[in-house]
Amino acid sequence: MAACSAAGVDIPRFCYHQRLSIAGNCRMCLVEVEKSPKPVASCAMPAGPGMNIKTDTPLVKKAREGVMEFLLINHPLDCPICDQGGECDLQDQSMHFGSDRGRFTEMKRSVQDKNLGPLVKTVMTRCIHCTRCVRFATEVAGVQDLGMTGRGNASEIGTYVEKAMESELSGNVIDLCPVGALTSKPYAFTARNWELKSTESVDVSDAMGQNIRVDSRGVEVMRIVPVQNDAVNEEWISDKARFQYDGLKRQRLNVPLVKGSKGLLESATWEEALVAAKDAISKVKGNEMSFIAGKLADAESLIALKDLANRLGSGNLKVEVSAPHLDADVRSNYLANSTISGIDRADVILLIGSNPRVEAPVFNARIRKTFLDGAHVAMVGEQADLTFPVEHLGTGPDALAAILKGSPMLKRLKKAQRPAIIVGPGVLNRPDSAAVLQQVHELVEKADVVREGWNGYNVLHDTASRVAALDIGFMPSARSASAPAPKLVYLLGSDDFDPADVPADAFVIYQGHHGDNGAARANIVLPGAAYTEKNATYVNFEGRTQRTKAAVPRVGDARSDWSIIRALSEVLEKPLPYSTTDEVRARLADMAPHFAQVDTVQSPMWLNGEYFQAFKDRAGKAAVEKQAFSSSISNFFQTDVISRTSINMAKCVQTRASLAHK
Amino acid sequence: MLRHIGRFGRLVASTLRNRLPIECCPSTGVSLQEQACSSGPSIASAARGFATNSHDILNTHRHASHNNWETPFDFTPENYERVAEVLARFPTNYKQSACIPLLDLAQQQNNGWLSLNAMNKVAQIIEVPPIRVYEVATFYTMFNRSPIGKYHIMVCGTTPCMLCGARSISAAIKDHLNIDYGQTTSDGLFTLGEMECMGSCVNAPMIAVADYTNGTSSFSYNYYEDLTPADAVKILETLKEGKKPKVGSQYREVASPAGQVQGGKWVPAANKAGRTLQFEASGGKPPGPFCRNLDEPAEGVESKSASPPPPPPPPPPSKEGTKAKA
Repeated sequence: MAACSAAGVDIPRFCYHQRLSIAGNCRMCLVEVEKSPKPVASCAMPAGPGMNIKTDTPLVKKAREGVMEFLLINHPLDCPICDQGGECDLQDQSMHFGSDRGRFTEMKRSVQDKNLGPLVKTVMTRCIHCTRCVRFATEVAGVQDLGMTGRGNASEIGTYVEKAMESELSGNVIDLCPVGALTSKPYAFTARNWELKSTESVDVSDAMGQNIRVDSRGVEVMRIVPVQNDAVNEEWISDKARFQYDGLKRQRLNVPLVKGSKGLLESATWEEALVAAKDAISKVKGNEMSFIAGKLADAESLIALKDLANRLGSGNLKVEVSAPHLDADVRSNYLANSTISGIDRADVILLIGSNPRVEAPVFNARIRKTFLDGAHVAMVGEQADLTFPVEHLGTGPDALAAILKGSPMLKRLKKAQRPAIIVGPGVLNRPDSAAVLQQVHELVEKADVVREGWNGYNVLHDTASRVAALDIGFMPSARSASAPAPKLVYLLGSDDFDPADVPADAFVIYQGHHGDNGAARANIVLPGAAYTEKNATYVNFEGRTQRTKAAVPRVGDARSDWSIIRALSEVLEKPLPYSTTDEVRARLADMAPHFAQVDTVQSPMWLNGEYFQAFKDRAGKAAVEKQAFSSSISNFFQTDVISRTSINMAKCVQTRASLAHK
Repeated sequence: MLRHIGRFGRLVASTLRNRLPIECCPSTGVSLQEQACSSGPSIASAARGFATNSHDILNTHRHASHNNWETPFDFTPENYERVAEVLARFPTNYKQSACIPLLDLAQQQNNGWLSLNAMNKVAQIIEVPPIRVYEVATFYTMFNRSPIGKYHIMVCGTTPCMLCGARSISAAIKDHLNIDYGQTTSDGLFTLGEMECMGSCVNAPMIAVADYTNGTSSFSYNYYEDLTPADAVKILETLKEGKKPKVGSQYREVASPAGQVQGGKWVPAANKAGRTLQFEASGGKPPGPFCRNLDEPAEGVESKSASPPPPPPPPPPSKEGTKAKA
């Protein structure tokens, strides 16, 4: 089949999928091979030298018609009420290859629908038993729940015992299903695919920057599906990326709000709000202001806010849940230097303080693939089920020290051709992360993880804004360490801020798109745009610059984030020197050239060796604490304002809790 | 409108009949398997929507009072020895090969059926996810996933047995036990099932009986062959009394053409020299029907070669030539 598609001939198929194992059970891809007495299934037949494959003969036509007739025997004629209608392989292929009449006059069988949880809707009577979902669950997601029970005409796909799919990637079976047996529950009966406008964009629910397609109708996001990008997400996306879109319709901030005399937020015009902000800002000194960026902040708004803060004389910038000891000076110090696709080539992987299954599920599937290709995976950190067997070396820094002292793992890393170390937020978010990172770097040097042609030092971040913030240098300046407690806090979409950073008496300006912790605390609220509503730049954890595209208009009076800051600077009479998106992006490229290189990774130079000599001195004073590395994400489905507002995600949490109960 | 009701009504009725037990199950909270076991013949036979020889109707699990996560199952110490012996037959990295023998062992121990936890236990022993064991257990009809009588009677219904009177055997058993295929007698002693060919065609008709009366130690799976309806009933009666019926052919001692069941009676061969009964009856010639000699034209059909060659058809004659050859 691959040979045929290389030759430009498209062969119909249902069960074959290039990222799954070959099943050969749908028989749709039958072709005629010269000297073969029978038609052969091209998906399972290796191409040989001198092989003559015929795909356009009466025999092939007859075979396809026959297979199609068999498939349709038990397939209901319910296309008008089927959500797959219009994007259904069976529908399309029966148009192309099927007969124009049927001979079947018996009863069709009916199969009981399965309950796979709040995301995947099943209409099992439509199933044609291609087993793509079973293979996906087993091979990619690593959650062996699905199977084919029964035999012959009575066989059905299911879990045997009713059980929701316990995977963060379960939504992908919807795309894999060639018919309407597995469809999206939240999307059910809401739209037809031909009335949707598709916009290719980037997901911000984690730091991986999964490529997505936002399908919208009018002002509403109807669904989100993956876009293939072999270097990032292949063609999978996590359930959070796929299903959190309903959070975009709820709890939105659509007008500027200013806290009135009664202590309640009251709607205001932009002018009123900006003037109120100006009044508040002009009352405090530069170093009494603090600026906190949230998980979803884009690069444009980050640079605008940094420029504005610097003009106001404040260097007190930080990203919430900050990794205090990551310096922006050396880019190789905070990126996944092996790159996401490079992990495929690693042969020994050591995870330190990282649970990729919740931090970046699609990346975890990639590590799993590497594991299945024979790589050895070990972890230091809280025990977690990564969907594949992992050698657990301990939970805390003491285990790390034990590896350093000389252990089988150290030998293994040394011997490996391409060893990879993945440092997760479990390390970065610790107060003693400097000391731990120093240990990690000792290990990197000792085990020779960075060598000619291979850089195995990787940092896995958990939020979409982190890498861009570090690239820009959105972090506390040296002087800000001595700054007094802030009297004015500017929250750029920050809702998970550390309460200590926002003193009770501080004046708070919140800019963001959802009414959550930040807006609740705010004195002034400036409504911004969510990731589906703006053209914005994000950098993923391997350093890949990617851009979202506006799929739907902004809500109400909301404005694009960087332009709000630009407007505020105008009101403050300290105008920023850019006024169009292109100009902001030019400023970004000035700051760091890779911002101009969209969808590419500029591998950073490895400077950690020199750099960490200085780092070591600094870390020498900090003591390493004993507690275990724990992942920053305890609840995969609710990590940011959008997913917290999403009903779909709330249902997932409920389902997961009931599973845990069992 | 009225004219259509007849056909349409039938369709609806059959659809309902097929689906009724499945759909009413969650709402009433009554286990389907319990229904199937306890209720009268009409419902349960109608519930068999699919042609499977298993007495299990569903290929999915439904929690029931007798079969749920809490239903305990563990192998007995003696059976653990057998488990170890089974596992020893396979390389340690191919433990999953032991799936079927272990399921069989679990079924023998557990009164002839596999509870959810029995399958889970096997999955745990062979170190595979439970669904892989469920797949196997639902595929093979000799694994029962719902409670079963102490004796599982399986009547062969495949062609040779059918020609030799299997239908009268099954009718006699159904009559005698007052149950249909897939059902269990009210005393819980017999479950009746239909099987495909079990390889005893030479002694047709036959039944197989799985004996689950006393766990693994006394488990037996015996064939009873050369049956007349009366023999079948006698075997059931003997089993009911707790005795052992004669295993194998009910009439012949050695594998020889000693006779055959004909018309519900054992007819011994007249000539013991070695020729079969039917040869005797037809005067030394096999009675037929015979296979037609394909080289000769069939009776009543005019030979093609005798008729004048057909006029040249629109497609080229070369194609016609290959067709004739094929």
